[in-house]
Amino acid sequence: MQYQSQAVAKPYFIAAIGLFVGQILFGLIMGLQYVIGDFLFPAIPFNVARMVHTNLLIVWLLFGFMGAAYYMVPEESETELFSPKLALLMFWIFLVAGALTIVGYLAVPYATLAAMTGNDLLPTMGREFLEQPLITKVGIVIVALAFLFNISMTLLKGRKTAISLVLLLGLWGLAVFFLFSFYNPSNLVLDKYYWWWVVHLWVEGVWELILGALLAFVLIKVTGVDREVIEKWLYVIIAMTLITGIIGTGHHYYWIGAPEYWQWFGSVFSALEPIPFFMMTVFAFNMVNRRRREHPNKAATLWALGTGVMSFLGAGVWGFLHTLAPVNFYTHGSQITAAHGHMAFYGAYVLVVLTIISYAMPILRGRAANPEKGQVMEMWSFWLMTVAMVFITLFLTAAGILQVWLQRATDTPLPFMAVQEKIALFYWLREFTGLVFLIGLVVYVLSFFAKGETKAA
Amino acid sequence: MSETFTKSMARNMFYGGATFFFLLFLALTFDTQGALPKRDHRENITPEVVRGKHLWETRNCIGCHTLLGEGAYFAPELGNVYPRRGPEFIKAWIKAQPTHTPGRRQMPQFNFTEEQLNDLVAFLKWTSEINTSNWPPNIEG
Repeated sequence: MQYQSQAVAKPYFIAAIGLFVGQILFGLIMGLQYVIGDFLFPAIPFNVARMVHTNLLIVWLLFGFMGAAYYMVPEESETELFSPKLALLMFWIFLVAGALTIVGYLAVPYATLAAMTGNDLLPTMGREFLEQPLITKVGIVIVALAFLFNISMTLLKGRKTAISLVLLLGLWGLAVFFLFSFYNPSNLVLDKYYWWWVVHLWVEGVWELILGALLAFVLIKVTGVDREVIEKWLYVIIAMTLITGIIGTGHHYYWIGAPEYWQWFGSVFSALEPIPFFMMTVFAFNMVNRRRREHPNKAATLWALGTGVMSFLGAGVWGFLHTLAPVNFYTHGSQITAAHGHMAFYGAYVLVVLTIISYAMPILRGRAANPEKGQVMEMWSFWLMTVAMVFITLFLTAAGILQVWLQRATDTPLPFMAVQEKIALFYWLREFTGLVFLIGLVVYVLSFFAKGETKAA
Repeated sequence: MSETFTKSMARNMFYGGATFFFLLFLALTFDTQGALPKRDHRENITPEVVRGKHLWETRNCIGCHTLLGEGAYFAPELGNVYPRRGPEFIKAWIKAQPTHTPGRRQMPQFNFTEEQLNDLVAFLKWTSEINTSNWPPNIEG
């Protein structure tokens, strides 16, 4: 590593991977509850498992983004991090706050947790993905501000590259839009309208800036292609992201009480949202094909290419599948939504964080790349997890099509639970594929312990 | 990408595009704010509805159910449960949980008072009267 202070990224990456494992275990619990409804009831009701599953995902991705920023920004800015101590302090605060929140979800009933943590002062809890107690939300803001201060000061005193500017813009956007999580009007329509300013403007807006910056950084490093070329691609991709994605928010406004013109705005703009993802795929393959060096870290290149392809499939293709208003009328809130959510998050955000970890972690451990055996294990884990996720998505899509057919697009609709029983086969298949995903994840974790010859970084 | 299309052109496209479409989004939001009162019937948001929403949130109902299609897909849509089942059925159902039917998905017992049950029903009734452009397609949600 070029700058000593980049080392603070290491605990962030380790925590990210640890929480990732927890996320998958709770995913498997929920998957089983889909078919064995009373599994672990009342110890871990479905809603609790789901909160843990989704909140762990968000938190470990945030750990990944922060670790990535701490690794990338000193190198891009060609200067040491403004304050490595602050970065480490924030690491522990975030980890402890996150762990306490998860313990809170599991140990006490949610209503008790809400009462204990001051939700009556400012009710923000009990909304999907924003279930965190008020004090956790405030903690997230504090950690985010300290983090942004640290990163921004580093950037200000050093070289300003397009990659680090885009990364910072994405991270600042992440913090700013999170503030809407504190706005919870008693009018459900307004609540939902602005809830999407956190959720959509994160994952289909500013997070894509972070994704683009991480991918561009790794591609520069592993391919040696000229920075000018890569940064030009980056700008075009994120331009398309925001041009399509901001108004694309409209695809969430079809059926929640907002005016009907959103059906037009949402359909047209979100139909264009696959474009930046397709460009990302072309970008990744193009740069690797034009590479000017053979980087010893083959695994990192695989993760980077995987990010391009899988984010296009998950976010682009599976998103488009149900984004047009006349289609969404039938698929809204069905297993189709779940299918899209799984592959989009995996393809875009899980894979890009694993890409930067794959590239940076060996260097943080003092080697240019992992030993051959470790890289082979990493590549196995890539294929196991990716193929498993493809099948999880396909099975959920099949379940969703049947669900729509039996419950919605019919003159003789069946009740929700009757339909769920009829499509149970696909939930079983999803659960078995989930186990394959877990095996892939175990192989991934083990790859860090593979022994063999390495070259110094 | 061609040589005539430079990095600074790409950067301008990003900043220009992002700014323009964010401003358009704000303008549309402003217009939506003006149109919403006729669609959400906010004049009917009584203290019962407000309390009901608070109960809905603090029991994390969204962790299993969808409401206007958003939430978890483990349990039925409740945006239209009021016309589907009616107030008395809803209250009796909540009181009867969990069913303890082996292998069936289970809903926790929340030990609501009669007043709390009425608040929840008021919230679900108000929600069912939002103009959702005819979603869901039928009464089963």
